[in-house]
Amino acid sequence: MKIQSVKDLEKVSQAYISNLYMPDKIKVNIGMASCGIAAGAKAAYDKILKEYPDKNGIHLCQTGCIGFCEEEPLVEILEAGKPRVMYKHITEDKIIDAVQGYIAGEFNKKWILGQMKDPRSLLEDDVDNPLAGVEPIEGVPVLEDIPFYNSQVKIAMRNCGYIDPDTIEEYFARKGYVAFIQALKEIKPAEVIDIIKESGLRGRGGGGFPTGTKWATCAKHHGDHYIICNADEGDPGAYMDRSILEGDPHSVLEGMLIAAIAIGSRQGFIYARNEYPLAVKRLVTAIKQAESYGLLGENIAGTDFSFNIKISTGAGAFVCGESTALMASLEGKVGRPRAKYVHTVEKGFRENPSNLNNVETYANVPAIVLKGAEWYGRMGTEHSKGTKVFSLVGKIKNTGLVEVPMGVSLRDIVFTVGGGIPKKKAFKAVQTGGPSGGCIPEQFLDLPVDFQRLSEVGSIMGSGGMIVMDQDTCMVDIARYFLDFLQEESCGQCNPCREGIKRMLEILTHICDGHGKEGDIELLQELGNMVAKASLCGLGTSAPNPVLTTIKYFRDEYESHINDKKCPAGVCKPLFHYEIDEEACTGCTLCAKKCPQDAITGEKKKPHKLEQDKCIKCGICYDSCKFDAIVVR
Amino acid sequence: MSEATVLENVQTDEIDYRELDRIIEEEFNNDKENLIMMLQAIQKRYNYLPRPALEYLSLKIEIPTGRIYGVATFYSTFSLKPRGRNIISICLGTACHVRGGERVHERLEELLSIGDGETTEDKRFTLESVRCIGCCSLGPVVKINEGIHGRISSDQVEKILDHYE
Ligand SMILES: Cc1cc2nc3c(=O)[nH]c(=O)nc-3n(C[C@H](O)[C@H](O)[C@H](O)COP(=O)(O)O)c2cc1C
Ligand code: SF4
Ligand code: FES
Repeated sequence: MKIQSVKDLEKVSQAYISNLYMPDKIKVNIGMASCGIAAGAKAAYDKILKEYPDKNGIHLCQTGCIGFCEEEPLVEILEAGKPRVMYKHITEDKIIDAVQGYIAGEFNKKWILGQMKDPRSLLEDDVDNPLAGVEPIEGVPVLEDIPFYNSQVKIAMRNCGYIDPDTIEEYFARKGYVAFIQALKEIKPAEVIDIIKESGLRGRGGGGFPTGTKWATCAKHHGDHYIICNADEGDPGAYMDRSILEGDPHSVLEGMLIAAIAIGSRQGFIYARNEYPLAVKRLVTAIKQAESYGLLGENIAGTDFSFNIKISTGAGAFVCGESTALMASLEGKVGRPRAKYVHTVEKGFRENPSNLNNVETYANVPAIVLKGAEWYGRMGTEHSKGTKVFSLVGKIKNTGLVEVPMGVSLRDIVFTVGGGIPKKKAFKAVQTGGPSGGCIPEQFLDLPVDFQRLSEVGSIMGSGGMIVMDQDTCMVDIARYFLDFLQEESCGQCNPCREGIKRMLEILTHICDGHGKEGDIELLQELGNMVAKASLCGLGTSAPNPVLTTIKYFRDEYESHINDKKCPAGVCKPLFHYEIDEEACTGCTLCAKKCPQDAITGEKKKPHKLEQDKCIKCGICYDSCKFDAIVVR
Repeated sequence: MSEATVLENVQTDEIDYRELDRIIEEEFNNDKENLIMMLQAIQKRYNYLPRPALEYLSLKIEIPTGRIYGVATFYSTFSLKPRGRNIISICLGTACHVRGGERVHERLEELLSIGDGETTEDKRFTLESVRCIGCCSLGPVVKINEGIHGRISSDQVEKILDHYE
């Protein structure tokens, strides 16, 4: 069937709504994004297939990732008229018991993350909550009320974890493609641009450029317009784009379609990271399904609008996330940025006007068109509207993806949503913005997170990666780490970036090796300012950020490396050693057993000894000691 | 140089030119813009980019071999040397780094007696470092072939390697 109208979408949806919300037999949703699969979700899925070969009354379904990666594999079980329960850490060996328990009405509370209050997306508030009137399970928390979820507002991730990404009809059932059909049939292209402009949506890929303005400028230039999606997600530690592509690929396709109408384009491209094979696979399926319903292709919905999308894969070059490099790479060339005297909205891919947006930016678009600019603009801060997805990773209890309104404080994100630092360690910094960003220390924890405020403290929003660091993270090593990354990824065409980063890295490596000398800090600052000023593209101009912010906020750590030849965090190997605190050591022998060098000896229940010349500082003892008896000196 | 002379110069036993034709013509339409994806397909087939295949590609899509090498060396996924039967990708992305990815990396190098980007003599393993594979919540992460191992500590490395022949 070819979709012609919103009515058609509703007709197709009908059969799928009950399956989504009120299945007449038990339904088991397993979160199968890459993260879930790596945590064991596929094995759990296969176990059900094996145990219930004829599916025995069970409806088994794969979904994307609902964001709480720490608790994966996540499995949701539901049935019409019964509570909808989210189970955590459900591996192969637990899944059958979880299902049978649910059937019997016996719930193993230790396995349950929570029961859902309302499974509808933000776009469905005109339909009734399918869980209304369902008797909740006593003593089980409400999923939406646990701290990880309660300040989240899901717009870009509205369907991730709720639908089967390989079933377009489930996307329809959650109001998918309605905005597109409206934009195609009822709204003029210029009005679509106005909606996006008024909403205040800014690009989620790093720069935060106003999306509506970009669209308007692109539409103004003559030529064959191209709509391109940046799915290169090179910032290490950020994975929201992967999650959206794996969990809800149609939201991105629909966003691109709306951009195509607004700008007047016939051809779209998705430039996807080579490291994301599952995202590519789901995109391929999604495109085929959209084509089969006539939502991509020629004369869409009986109009003269035609649009196709092609997927291209990158090959492991961080700099190809930059707009001009990305377009060169799309043309099959080496991905070197060019100077932007002429912007890509005028002359980009194939020398034609090209509009590039990030995955998350596109995923927001259908929601904005459907619910209106005013609705969107009500969320967020003055200059940063709406929500942003952050990936909370590193030394944090609740690792995962969280979507919160702009303006929420760092403290809320790290300590309330994120649950704070594990193992009772002390918070040190949070790094935002990836290799172009900065490290934000404790004193700024109450900062409301938006584009402006982050740049005021020397960092950037970037793509939304938040890497939390604790007392065991060495800030000099982190600065060295980012420079090492960037010198490898610099395309090498301009001197300041190619040579400057290398020299800075040399200095930092010396400092970490214990050969730092007075004046190094000042030299780093001087070089950093030069690289930032004189480089051509964003990689070079932002490269010194991690170094400059760590010097600004953690100068004492640099000084102890240089002057005292000590790494207080116990990371830079030549600058510390491990010792056993005899008072804390209980003689449990665990460290002695684990040490690969046999450097630790001692009798049971007596304090152990560590032989320094055998120790290679691998840290296995430090990580495994339950009594904090291994100390860094 | 005509197509025939190039064909004589390469070890034809290693390369299946029909297969290459299928990749270049059918899968990617003989289109220069698809060069990167063609290289990916060739690498998938041979585990690396054999020189004769690149020379053949150069003739087919009319891009000088030098430029193809330029592309193949610019992007880090491509290897011009044969790789091992099992590809170990150790993640050194930021999230994995702060959770001790470097220690796992060192342990791998020590156990296999090879450095980053190298292949063991018996061709059993190639060790490559990558920056983030998007499973940061499970850091430190090691990917071996298609399988992802999460929350690895350096003392578990040896046992994991035993699973791969
Ligand atoms: C070195 C460098 C790497 C970048 N990497 C990415 C990336 O991985 N993903 C992304 O969406 N944008 C990335 N950007 C930003 C893009 O250049 C571009 O601003 C963005 O994709 C535009 O989309 P938006 O307006 O929707 O954010 C990068 C920029 C630079 C300078
Ligand atoms: S700043 Fe660096 S990455 Fe950017 S163009 Fe110059 S050399 Fe290349
Ligand atoms: S940093 Fe290792 S998977 Fe992301």
